[in-house]
Amino acid sequence: MEAVTQQIPLEHFLVLSAILFSLGVYGVLTRRNAVLILMSIELMLNAASVNMVAFAAYTSPEQFIGIIFAIFIITIAAAEAGLALAIILRIFRYRKTANVDEIDELKW
Amino acid sequence: MLSALTVGAAGMVIVVRNLLHALLFLILSFVGVAGLYITLSADFIAVVQVLIYAGAIAVLMIFSVMLTPLSDRDNAEGLLRLPALVLSGLVATGIAFVAIETDWQVTSESSFENTSVAIGEALLSPFVLPFEIASVLLVAAMIGAIVLVRED
Repeated sequence: MEAVTQQIPLEHFLVLSAILFSLGVYGVLTRRNAVLILMSIELMLNAASVNMVAFAAYTSPEQFIGIIFAIFIITIAAAEAGLALAIILRIFRYRKTANVDEIDELKW
Repeated sequence: MLSALTVGAAGMVIVVRNLLHALLFLILSFVGVAGLYITLSADFIAVVQVLIYAGAIAVLMIFSVMLTPLSDRDNAEGLLRLPALVLSGLVATGIAFVAIETDWQVTSESSFENTSVAIGEALLSPFVLPFEIASVLLVAAMIGAIVLVRED
């Protein structure tokens, strides 16, 4: 079987992850619900790790640095999601809302 | 095909009104990204993606959506809609332009073989320190989450 790196050019993966990343940016900027903002951040992290794995597969497949980076990205994303959801639950318990524009105690 | 699935599902996450539907589309998008990893013949990372993203993180998100009541589940938009559209469009075109214009040093070798063995060796010999730091970070995040949600 011919390797996929000969069939699909690298730019396709890069453009795909650019689109995914900008969808994440749009979601973070427009949504009011904190859980949805977190989901958009996960989309952006996913786009970054697609980039990492694509570069690793196309430029240096004998080294695995890109894949190691993607594994660390997934680890960090898991830790971040757990903590952020805990914070959201806590805020919800106090304020009875999860909309980020209603949580404005720090704004003076 | 696979990338259409991924991008379409990601777009639906942003567009759809119901928070729970957005979450299901997010899981679909994660599975699509795992398929992309398989096309890149990075099988270990694809399995990790399905397990951690589509499994663990999705379950966490479903829990937190369910723990916030129904009245809060609409996916309302803020005021930043037009600037956000402009900014994300600029980001997408900028990254895509650079990605297409740059002359990447693509090797003609075939892609990964035997990934899990090589990943294990790489994680435990040149990357030991980041590996240990990542595990300490995970423990810290776990303890922090427990402390945050505990009733007191």
